[in-house]
Amino acid sequence: MHAFDYARPGSLAEALALAGNGRQVLFLAGGTDVIIQLREGRRSCDLLVDLKHIPELTRITELPDGGLEIGAAAPLAEVYEHPQVRSSFPALVDAAGIIGGIAIQSRATLGGNLCNASPAADASPALMALSATLRIAGPAGERQLPVADFFLGPGRNALQPGEILVAIRIPALPPRAGAFYHRFIPRNEMDIAVASSGVYLALDGDGRIADARVALGAVAPTPILVPAAREALVGREPGIEAFEAAGEAARAAALPIDDMRGSAAQRRHLSRVLTVRALENALRRIRGGQPAGGSHQS
Amino acid sequence: MTTVEKPQYRVIGTRPIRPDGVEKVTGKALYGADVRLPGMVYGKILRSPYAHARILRIDTSEAEKAPGVLAVITHADLPVAADRVEELGESAVNVKEVSENILASSKVLYRGHAVAAVAATSPHLAEDALARIRVEYEPLPPVLDVLDAMREDAPLLDERRRTRTLMTGELSEKPSNVASYNRFQGGDVEAAFAEADVVVEREFRTKMVHQGYIEPQNATANWNADGTLTIWTSTQGAFAVRNLVAEVLKKPIAQVKVVPMEIGGGFGGKIPIYLDPVAALLSKKSGRPVKIVMSRTEVFEATGPTSGTVIRVKASARGDRLTAVQATLIYEAGAFPGSSVGAGSMTMLAPYDVPNFDIHAYDVVVNKPKTAAYRAPGAPAAAFAIESIIDELARHQKVDPLVFRKVNSARKGTKMVNGIAFPRIGHEECVEAALSSDHYRSPIEGPYRGRGVASGYWFNGGMQSSVLVAVNTDGSVNLIEGSTDIGGTRASLAMQLAETLGIPYEDIRPSVVDTDSIGHNDVTGGSRTTFATGMAVYEAGMAIRREMVARAAKLWGLPEDDVEYDAGIVRSKKDGRQFTFKEIAAQSARTGGPITGKASLVARGVGGAYGTHIVDVEVDPETGKVTILRYTAVQDVGTAIHPSYVEGQIQGGVVQGIGWALNEEYVFDDEGRMLNASFLDYRMPTALDVPMIDTILVEVPNPGHPYGVRGVGEVPIVPPLAAIANAIYDATGHRFTELPMSPTRIVQALNGLA
Repeated sequence: MHAFDYARPGSLAEALALAGNGRQVLFLAGGTDVIIQLREGRRSCDLLVDLKHIPELTRITELPDGGLEIGAAAPLAEVYEHPQVRSSFPALVDAAGIIGGIAIQSRATLGGNLCNASPAADASPALMALSATLRIAGPAGERQLPVADFFLGPGRNALQPGEILVAIRIPALPPRAGAFYHRFIPRNEMDIAVASSGVYLALDGDGRIADARVALGAVAPTPILVPAAREALVGREPGIEAFEAAGEAARAAALPIDDMRGSAAQRRHLSRVLTVRALENALRRIRGGQPAGGSHQS
Repeated sequence: MTTVEKPQYRVIGTRPIRPDGVEKVTGKALYGADVRLPGMVYGKILRSPYAHARILRIDTSEAEKAPGVLAVITHADLPVAADRVEELGESAVNVKEVSENILASSKVLYRGHAVAAVAATSPHLAEDALARIRVEYEPLPPVLDVLDAMREDAPLLDERRRTRTLMTGELSEKPSNVASYNRFQGGDVEAAFAEADVVVEREFRTKMVHQGYIEPQNATANWNADGTLTIWTSTQGAFAVRNLVAEVLKKPIAQVKVVPMEIGGGFGGKIPIYLDPVAALLSKKSGRPVKIVMSRTEVFEATGPTSGTVIRVKASARGDRLTAVQATLIYEAGAFPGSSVGAGSMTMLAPYDVPNFDIHAYDVVVNKPKTAAYRAPGAPAAAFAIESIIDELARHQKVDPLVFRKVNSARKGTKMVNGIAFPRIGHEECVEAALSSDHYRSPIEGPYRGRGVASGYWFNGGMQSSVLVAVNTDGSVNLIEGSTDIGGTRASLAMQLAETLGIPYEDIRPSVVDTDSIGHNDVTGGSRTTFATGMAVYEAGMAIRREMVARAAKLWGLPEDDVEYDAGIVRSKKDGRQFTFKEIAAQSARTGGPITGKASLVARGVGGAYGTHIVDVEVDPETGKVTILRYTAVQDVGTAIHPSYVEGQIQGGVVQGIGWALNEEYVFDDEGRMLNASFLDYRMPTALDVPMIDTILVEVPNPGHPYGVRGVGEVPIVPPLAAIANAIYDATGHRFTELPMSPTRIVQALNGLA
């Protein structure tokens, strides 16, 4: 690890000024990825800018329309313990509650999980299923970006030099809608997804599927949305037939690799299995029931 | 359960708190990483990026000029080592190979092999300086698989190495990567196969796996101007470190002092030395104390795991009898000879009385880290193979798998494959206890659920121990010992002393001291400490009893024969006058001075240990994930000195076995680079992955020990691999012969995935 400077701005303006000063800058939120990457020489910087002391980045705000804005540097434990997150966005609890272990969750953040841009990040498919948008601040002002457009490749995201991810906005769910996220890991905790699936289902007044989204993690260079799964679901009765069709679409959309965490064949297969099970659990949530499987894992 | 009448003990069999417990749970216990000395600097090691390469040139000149750097060393700084074997107790090592492994001279033999080291004023400066060392390599093709390594045309790790046939001592004419070959034979396997009802033949494979100790290797060395050397380190055997360091650095043993710090796990992996001579030489060169702590990646890439194996077994049954076993065991030694294949080949059939056997054992070098001991080294992979085969034979013969094991069980007098007859052993009792257990009598129901059983054996060790016991004037007692305490041996030794002296356990303070403060002790390995150091404790206790009798006899003016020692009381047989232990202790100054006892011995009478395990699993056919529903481990523990620690040892061994069975493996790419050198991707079980491990302690006292002690720590890792494989077969109808039985492997097999 090479020597670097450390800065702890107290405001977004100050952080943006530091980010644009021409030095090689890395941002520190929870630090659970970046510190390890610095230690192992996988990343380097001249200046590490700590974002944990900027109020805008650490608060969780309920929006008037029932949505939620979560500061990018708010610890995961605060996210999944937030009453509105628990009541309205349990799919986010599914994801935030399994990133790292308990100790890590007191430190790690949603923003960090997204910016690290791992294809296997747990927050990504869950937030894609929830149609989250990202508030990004930069030298030229602020912009908003759908989370699905944020990932460019392993470790690469859409932030421009000098830009900072400020917050994640999640819109309110309509009535008769539900979402669910889970992953497959060989153990029961402290692991990285071999494959994952985040889904969203909304029913119309007749009980048919009005809208749906299926997002997959760890089966492509970035987390991916599966439009074909949506097509397989919308307009149909929610149930095993429609879910299996969506699962098939998910399997077809997966472009996985073989690595030491799993094989490509296994990941394609899991894309189907996890999507079917996630849809069943989203439907259980819509109907007021508890997801099956006990924990947040398959 | 006790199967043999045992004496009524006062202390043995109780569950007092451990003497080192408070220090550890309050964070005050001192580990190697806690060592801080005045003027101390930090060492870092440059490691090979290649699995196999010739070193053409090492240029350290730029590193020597780097900021903060005080010393740089390479193999050239090590004395020329003797080409001879040093006995470490559980394992033996060639000193020249130890020296080569510590810092490579002309060839690197695995990725992570140390080539140079730097001492600097901060760990970061030391790391920066490593980048300035220029090493010119000539990369060579790596040999990563034992079967490839055995081919005639395989690249050779060492052109001078020839295969030694252990039965005859002969060396092969041609050089080879096969370091040794051994064979055990009895009866006539071919005739037995011809007459059998069923013959099963399979090939099994296991991968290199790690002991999984939490604390990385570390060493802090201080080389004094007079040439004396002190090393603070985490080790299973301070005396082994001392002797090896003295040997490698060519110093008189008495000039090296090793201070054993608390140890954060070892399981066999902390018997070899890696850092100690490097820190010593850096200290010599820099004039400062030098501390080196490995990173987790270094631990994985550059210290000793246990061997990956290929094991072929052909076995037969007739009726309910196991009639013949033919087996070939091929074990990875890693970069230097010395895998655990010897123990694997000798333990494989130890639970059974097999009339016909023919076992071939190959020790093969490959371009991977030199293997080290790991809990019952060599036995689990061999048991995985034979116990899977026995399951198949029993099923074919429609005999309950435990009944089959009972019928074929080894007993007192049964000969091992090396021709030596067993003393009193407890395998049959373990199988009987398993048969009558609540677990085995409860049905297992439901789709994709299954039950498996397996047995296992471990020799256990004896070896050398020394202890000193000092009685203080208030009757409290110091127990001075040199055996690293990994599994609660301070408690188990103090309990044996309390039992011998008839005094309360709480009156005894045990301490593990440095190598200047006690006679030689072999490593804590081979499950030997409670047995062998326990025997020394017993003898030292008996010496104190004799001394106390002599003191009382003197005070009473009686012949010593008229005085007896009974449960902490010294009594006149003539008139019943008595002194308590404390009263004699209080009078020591005027009866002849301090009362001490000591014992130094080679412990004979080792009692081998058996375990029989039962496991229920559920397999998710869609994800390949295996859930352990219920686990019961039955074990002959001789006498459970401290039952909680015995149970803890068994549970720990089972958990490691579960990890080995289901997820753990070293994953190498084609270049010999380990791809999962972290606890994130080297997947040991977490607390959420294992159920409560139930234990059934069978006590068949070892007649070779005053309290019937058998080692208990190692055998519990032997049966789990096969027990789980057998349970998965029962659940899915699919027999897995390769470890780990990971979700990837299972989901692919059950779903026909490519």
